[in-house]
Amino acid sequence: MNTRKYLNPVGVSKYTGLALISPFIIGAVLFIIYPFVCSFAVGLTNRGSFVGLDNFRDMLSGRDFPQAAGVTFKYALILVPLKLIVSLLVALLLNMELKHIGIFRTAFYIPSILGANLAVIIMWQYLFTSDGLVNQLLSAMGLSPVSWYGNTNAALFIIVLLRLWEFGSTMVIFLAALRDIPRELYEAARVDGCGSIRAFFTVTLPQIKNVIFVNLILQTIAAMQEFSAPYMLTGGGPLGSTRTVGMLIYEEMFTYGSEGTANAVSWVLFVLIAAVVTLLYKLTGRVRRDED
Amino acid sequence: MKKLFLYLILAAVGAVMLYPLLWLVGASFKSNEEIFSSIWFMPQNFDTDSYKNAWQTVTPYTMGHYFLNTFAIIIPKTVFAVTSSVLVAYGFARFDFPLKKFFFALLICGMLMPSIVTIMPRYLMWSKLGLLDTYIPLTLPSLFAEEGMFVFILVRFFKGVPREFDEAARIDGCGTLKTLFYVLMPCIRPAVISIAVFTFLWTMNDFLGPLIMIQSVEKYPLSLALRLSVDSTGQGYEQRKVIAMSVIGLIPSVAVFALAQKKFVSGITAGGLTG
Repeated sequence: MNTRKYLNPVGVSKYTGLALISPFIIGAVLFIIYPFVCSFAVGLTNRGSFVGLDNFRDMLSGRDFPQAAGVTFKYALILVPLKLIVSLLVALLLNMELKHIGIFRTAFYIPSILGANLAVIIMWQYLFTSDGLVNQLLSAMGLSPVSWYGNTNAALFIIVLLRLWEFGSTMVIFLAALRDIPRELYEAARVDGCGSIRAFFTVTLPQIKNVIFVNLILQTIAAMQEFSAPYMLTGGGPLGSTRTVGMLIYEEMFTYGSEGTANAVSWVLFVLIAAVVTLLYKLTGRVRRDED
Repeated sequence: MKKLFLYLILAAVGAVMLYPLLWLVGASFKSNEEIFSSIWFMPQNFDTDSYKNAWQTVTPYTMGHYFLNTFAIIIPKTVFAVTSSVLVAYGFARFDFPLKKFFFALLICGMLMPSIVTIMPRYLMWSKLGLLDTYIPLTLPSLFAEEGMFVFILVRFFKGVPREFDEAARIDGCGTLKTLFYVLMPCIRPAVISIAVFTFLWTMNDFLGPLIMIQSVEKYPLSLALRLSVDSTGQGYEQRKVIAMSVIGLIPSVAVFALAQKKFVSGITAGGLTG
């Protein structure tokens, strides 16, 4: 019998929904909850024997993890705001009533769908070699070429540029949100004497603030787990200046074979990401609730 | 005048965005010396030798072999991901059940869970089961609605379909699953296509997963075969071969995107992540 506590159509059991979502429940246990618990448990061991919190203590007091965490935060702090600003600006341009705008939308979107492809990362590597396209362009403009892979700041910059180049996915989400803003709001703003810049701040921004938040969270998480770009482009160098926490996890596991440390670092990275997301949620909480 | 100015800005940004890709295609026809001596993407003379070499790769296997490997991962993965995400989203969107809020919160948590965090324990799990170096670790998880994002997008699409449709179907004698297949599926087709395309592109791009789970060169997907070619030609003499391999490797993604472009973009924008 269907209890009326659950608002299903007559004749539909309260277990029908549960049955439908059962793949997710199994998946959540196997691939989210179990790994989460397991990485902590393995993090407490060293070569199979229990060592308590030693891995965590060594990691936090050692040299590698604090450096990698610093690199990861620096990378996210540079990349995420840049990417959000560029994608919002381009979305605003694309939202204007122009003909053939679809061509531009596609052009801007393509790098983001190919960007994570290894082929593109290889291309990026060639662009920044000492006699690559970028240095040739710099010389052509009368500037001195840069040793992109030898300079600690330049190396991180190559990775930031690669990910910035892929702003299309964020842009599409902004564009959809901009399209959803009712036209009447802009007309009302114009009647009230708002210029286009003021209309942006009084109409556009408040209307898309939730989408900005979603993009901010998604991009922050993606940036904090960066692995393949530094792995392929710089190998973490020079001097560990591009070794992200993601790379450190990989190295601990597969270069040094220390399962315990790799899992401990994974777990701490999760805690860091959760803390950053919570902080962002709290910081933007007042803004998001305004005017609701 | 203002419009012209906007077009100019858009064209300039577009050119900067696409030039690297254009350069990549051009470079695949250039000689090794020309690749690093000319900024212009057009090769002086089209030399297709690099493609003949590229197809042979640096391993005993051809690129065709690696393409087949990649598709052996992509095809089951796409079928699994679409089926499981549609069922789960249908359950969340149309039915009421115990602990619904809790499970939806868990779904969101799963979306926020970084894959790099769970990949080490997953590796240990598959290693204990003796399933490393097979495609099971790469495909099987999709059977369990692994991508919370897909479920999330689909739920929004389901909610856009009026409930009267379900009721009418039920009166006509359709059960829960029949209603889904005959009535709701046609309505959410753009979202289903988006999910299939995303799964395709992400799997083409996936690097960390195969890098950790697959060990034998024979079973490598394209991304690992490409990395191998970079590693073994690192000293800088066969770059155009690697570049030609990269160009070939990008063709499936570009083709799928071109075919699905219209429906795909409307799929993400219409119900996707807004609001």
